[in-house]
Amino acid sequence: MLQVISLLVENKPGALMRITGVLTARGYNIESLTVARTLDPTLSRMTIVVDVDPNLRALVIKQMNKLINVLQATDVTDDHRAVTREMVLLRVRAPLEKRTAVLKEAEIFGARVIDSSVEGFALEATGDPEKLDEFIGIMRSYGEFDIARSGVVALSLRPRRPRLSPPVPAPGETGADQTPGARNGQEVLRSGRRFEAARR
Amino acid sequence: MAVLMNGARMLLECLVREGVECLFGYPGGVTLPFYDAMYDHPIRHVLVRHEQNAAFAAEGYARATGKVGVCCATSGPGATNLVTGLVDALMDSIPIVAITGQVSTKLIGSDAFQEADTFGITRSCTKHNYLVKNLKELPQIIHEAFYLASTGRPGPVLVDIPKDVFQGQGHYHPVSSIHLPGYKVYTEGHAGQIRRAAQMIWEAERPMVYAGGGIVAAGAAAELRELVEIIDAPAVCTLMGLGALPGDHPNFISMPGMHGSYAANMGMYSTDLLIALGVRFDDRVTGRLSSFAPHAKVIHVDIDPSEIGKNRAADLPIVGDVKRVLQKLNPLLRELEPELGERKAAARRAWWRQIRAWQQEHPLVPAFSDSEIKPQHVMVEIDRLSGGKAIVTADVGQHQMWAAQFIRFSEPRHWICSGGLGAMGFGLPAAIGAQLARPDKLVFAVLGDGGFQMSVPELSTIASYGLPIKIVVVNNGYLGMVRQWQELFYNNRLCAVELDCFPDAEKLAAAYGFKGRTVERPGELARALEEAVEEPGPYLLNIRVSPYENVYPMVPAGGAINEMVLGPPQPVPVPK
Ligand SMILES: Cc1ncc(C[n+]2csc(CCOP(=O)(O)OP(=O)(O)O)c2C)c(N)n1
Ligand SMILES: [Mg+2]
Repeated sequence: MLQVISLLVENKPGALMRITGVLTARGYNIESLTVARTLDPTLSRMTIVVDVDPNLRALVIKQMNKLINVLQATDVTDDHRAVTREMVLLRVRAPLEKRTAVLKEAEIFGARVIDSSVEGFALEATGDPEKLDEFIGIMRSYGEFDIARSGVVALSLRPRRPRLSPPVPAPGETGADQTPGARNGQEVLRSGRRFEAARR
Repeated sequence: MAVLMNGARMLLECLVREGVECLFGYPGGVTLPFYDAMYDHPIRHVLVRHEQNAAFAAEGYARATGKVGVCCATSGPGATNLVTGLVDALMDSIPIVAITGQVSTKLIGSDAFQEADTFGITRSCTKHNYLVKNLKELPQIIHEAFYLASTGRPGPVLVDIPKDVFQGQGHYHPVSSIHLPGYKVYTEGHAGQIRRAAQMIWEAERPMVYAGGGIVAAGAAAELRELVEIIDAPAVCTLMGLGALPGDHPNFISMPGMHGSYAANMGMYSTDLLIALGVRFDDRVTGRLSSFAPHAKVIHVDIDPSEIGKNRAADLPIVGDVKRVLQKLNPLLRELEPELGERKAAARRAWWRQIRAWQQEHPLVPAFSDSEIKPQHVMVEIDRLSGGKAIVTADVGQHQMWAAQFIRFSEPRHWICSGGLGAMGFGLPAAIGAQLARPDKLVFAVLGDGGFQMSVPELSTIASYGLPIKIVVVNNGYLGMVRQWQELFYNNRLCAVELDCFPDAEKLAAAYGFKGRTVERPGELARALEEAVEEPGPYLLNIRVSPYENVYPMVPAGGAINEMVLGPPQPVPVPK
């Protein structure tokens, strides 16, 4: 079964590569991946759908959380309060005699016509991925056809605030204390510290 | 006050703030500005003879001190040569920072001369890496790199710096703070979990302490010893953890795993409570996971949450710095002792009797012979000369396992070898880093004849810096560990493992201007080693040992930890 992973990541070069690296190092094939910035332009929200061995799912999430650029990685596969949606654009070739039928089907699935010409239509549909599969299957029967799918985007409605680390002082002129573990003491993670507070 | 300077100079300013005294490197085209800035700067640059050895030497420096080791290489081939050292540091959680030059920002992506995608190549070889696109970011990134390398679970961090960033002029503003919101380090450990751990420990009948490299990284040897003494449990240290408990401590029952002691492995198999501290249940320790510590509950303390439950489920996970956790656990154990301490005392006495019986049944005994030098004998002599105090670096192979079995260490950071990666060619450059970090220490580099020949160029570095390293080549004429596997698992069909034409050690050392010799007879061994130690400079000692000696005990790969092969098959008596 596919795993749906939702990540909040710093919008930094290489971040995507590090995250997908956790999966590609194991030879996993990514089914879909979407990424775009959030309300805070320095952060991106990413949704990855991937077939992960069920025993390794928790580990994969932990390894993603370990990445410096990842603020939070969560498994939303079984999160009942998570919504997942995907968008598909379809180009359907529809000769005159089939146009009404195509439009009828589109209406049933709540798809919108975004372009229309003598050859056919361009349609846009959003929904959960299985529903889209059905829609695509039906539209395909009308003849020449092409699609572009966005990949799944997911959002959990559970208020899950990422734990963020506060700033720590950089070493001054006298130099850093380099005794083993010394710096660990400086940055005790204040659990429950609010996302907004820490980012300020 | 902001001072105008170029990027190279700024980098040096940051390195000074980080307390860097020396760095190991090799120059090239794009790092020229950096080397020019070092020309009249007090920071010490150690010129190694190959970039791989710059990384290994930085690791040796870091492993011997706990401080961040720094290495530096030029773009393209310089950077790619660092890769093995980076992965080695990643596998063993060693704090190093690698600085690499890159072609100018305008040329990146154009297949420019000596361009390689260092940022991409080293992504999976580092804890984190950076490509500095802008001089303004440089100081911030350098401090972040040191911070990441040295905190949490330590590891290698690489900073790739284009030539124009080195050359660009800017006002240097010292960095006041480091902010990495997504870098999660949990140091304290959950108080409730620690209390439960204390209870579980007193309730166990057959507790076993399993201590690893995390103890060394956290500087928690004193706390470990305290724990072991409060609960009086037998303890094993992994290959990475040797020295975390003194080698002659009565509770220390040696190393577990593929070439661990019989008592350690039987103990790991039979325990009912495994107290795992800064370890990662590596396959070389556990053997077949399904039959590893099958009767045990597991308390697993580690600073890296992704290690917990990775290979073995933990009944009681504690995410935290093992030093801090033990500082809280030990007083709790004391507090609970009057109430719970006696409850399982009888069972625990029986457990100790069992452990002692295993130790007596199959002790780790070195082989000796009058006619040829046994490699184990070499280790016993080094142990005698060291008295637990010398730094010993090892390469990878049979000699490494014998050294781990027979040389004792009274403190951490004295035993230095490539554990997780098992990288041949590590031992000699690591000794260079260790000796530079600890000029006060006697340093032995214990190498195989194979690994030594991977590192020969560094004899020149040793000579030029006058490093009094005692290079001990345990020369069996073979890639011994591979030969052992071919003998045991491939019908003794020895293929590509014979190393003939070993150079004359005396002449080789003399060619570099220091002393060396070959010993072949057991009677000469002790004196030869003493002479090497007495020599004020470097010394190359080539010891011809029996070629066909195997390392035992041995848990065959994928085997159960309690099913060790204890020695060579005994000759079957021929019926008359
Ligand atoms: C870079 C590298 N290449 C290959 C190996 C595989 N390997 C492991 S042990 C070994 C033999 C080492 O021979 P030697 O240095 O003579 O040590 P010995 O085992 O004889 O003590 C080899 C080839 C390795 N660990 N590292
Ligand atoms: Mg050999």
